[in-house]
Amino acid sequence: MSAGGTFAAPARVAALPRVVEAPRRRAFDWGSVVVHALLLICVAVIAFPLYYAFVISTQTVQEVVARPPILRPSVHLLENYAEAWGRSHMPRLLWNSAIVAIVSALGKIAISMLSAFAIVYFNFRGKAIAFWMIFITLMLPVEVRIMSTYEVIGSLGWLNSYAGLTVPLMASATATFLFRQFYMTVPNELVEAAQLDGVGPLRFLWAFLLPLSWANIAALFVVLFIFGWNQYLWPLMITNSEAMRVVVIGLQDLIPRTGTHVPEWNVMMAAAMMALLPPVAVILVMQRWFVKGLIETEK
Amino acid sequence: MKRSVFRNRALPYLLVLPQIAVTVVFFFWPAFESLRLSLFRTSPFGDKTSFVGLENFRKLLTTPEYYQSIANTFVFASGVTAIGLGAGLFVAALATQKIRGLAAYRTAVLWPYGIAPPIAGIIFLFIFHPSYGVLPYWLGFVTSYEFNWLLRGWVAMALVILATAWTHVGYNIAFFLAGLLAIPTSVLEAASVDGAGAIRRFRSIIFPLLSPITFYLLVVNLIFSFFGSFGVIHAVTQGGPGGATEIMVFKVYKDGFIGLNLGSSAAQSVLLMILVITLTALQFRFVEKRVTYS
Repeated sequence: MSAGGTFAAPARVAALPRVVEAPRRRAFDWGSVVVHALLLICVAVIAFPLYYAFVISTQTVQEVVARPPILRPSVHLLENYAEAWGRSHMPRLLWNSAIVAIVSALGKIAISMLSAFAIVYFNFRGKAIAFWMIFITLMLPVEVRIMSTYEVIGSLGWLNSYAGLTVPLMASATATFLFRQFYMTVPNELVEAAQLDGVGPLRFLWAFLLPLSWANIAALFVVLFIFGWNQYLWPLMITNSEAMRVVVIGLQDLIPRTGTHVPEWNVMMAAAMMALLPPVAVILVMQRWFVKGLIETEK
Repeated sequence: MKRSVFRNRALPYLLVLPQIAVTVVFFFWPAFESLRLSLFRTSPFGDKTSFVGLENFRKLLTTPEYYQSIANTFVFASGVTAIGLGAGLFVAALATQKIRGLAAYRTAVLWPYGIAPPIAGIIFLFIFHPSYGVLPYWLGFVTSYEFNWLLRGWVAMALVILATAWTHVGYNIAFFLAGLLAIPTSVLEAASVDGAGAIRRFRSIIFPLLSPITFYLLVVNLIFSFFGSFGVIHAVTQGGPGGATEIMVFKVYKDGFIGLNLGSSAAQSVLLMILVITLTALQFRFVEKRVTYS
């Protein structure tokens, strides 16, 4: 076996003697059965709300309001999703959310790479000030400057615009820290060799650092995409036109408030499933990057 | 640390410019505006502003509603944090018991992080629905107490806490898993050999080794539930019933955006800023080695 094998290989070797010895010691590992059972209960509890939402999204209104509640899927999935799709301008809402999530994530990654590059690879006057200005943004979430940020966006004429929805989300101290941290682990010899060969700073960033950064970029992208898709307060404040709504906010119109509506929770849940599917799918498909991004940005 | 650097006079400034520009325009300017506005009173039609000094703060700190919103915020934040950390540690500790399928379990609990809290709120709104929801129905077998969140403040609070904790538990699990997997097995085996049982090993070895991560998660969960909680409140309860779920961030929005009381809203923003600065400072004491400027 090669020394460079993954951790799976030694694990298999370690498992071998256990298989041989196990029958002698005890016929069945009750401890791990209990652990699995407990974990499956936890998974079921965590999955239940989504399962329930899905079930409701496949039922008719009569089934939704039935007592006792019906906890298995019915056959009206397509009608409900079609209804939700048409009623809430869903294509437009999803499109807007996708723009906000993708543009703000890419923008954040781009400006963070640049500023981290400047901070690590240059000495310049005011470097400490720039660093601390970026750092302090961590302490000023939009929630604590609601009214005044609204006024700033208003005076820029950015209300109801993609610029207003995305640009203010792009200042991110965490992404800058991640890139700064990563650049500092890049061996100094690389930049020395590049300089000996007459490689300029921008070329060094583009041809040397960027190819090394893909894992970090992917990890950040997943985390920032979800962050952008799930924005609420910010788009709520600066958009009031139907055409500029994002999906998390657009869903509100479908909530059947008690006493005033037909309880069309099936349509509501169909719309909710459509709104939550993209970020959940991104987590599942890019899980490896997502975990890396979560742990390494540490926020 | 010695690092060879590029020499260029203008380029570094151009490189930091985009981020600094966004930061100044959308962070510093509004923050100073909030500070300034908090010292002024704006007439209801917004046509006159007059300097009132600390009057906005004085008024705020003498209204019972504000203290109510502080109390609500702390109930909400400690509920979300306690459930998130407790469930997170429980699941992570189970999943690292030398059993198969660790990765599969992690996947199975991680995905709710992708669900926006307001959407989670809508799903829980239906689960808690007084007439159609499954939870009041099940509870109806146990007790005749009416679990109607529209009438009872604490039920509404439980609703928004559970919805928020649900979306966030995967985050805590991911961190606890990373922490647990980093504990060297040799230490645990040594303890086993010395006769320490599972619970003893957890209490005396694992938990102390996890405490930096636990502390970090504690602060992150608190910040998240202080400030990230706006959506679920706005989407589901609108602060009701009777102000029972009106948390501080929601009140800033309501007083400023709906009530158009800009001075009071700005004063509340300033108090929130002080709170978040304190919490962030705490958070970074944990990761200070990462951010120490060298």
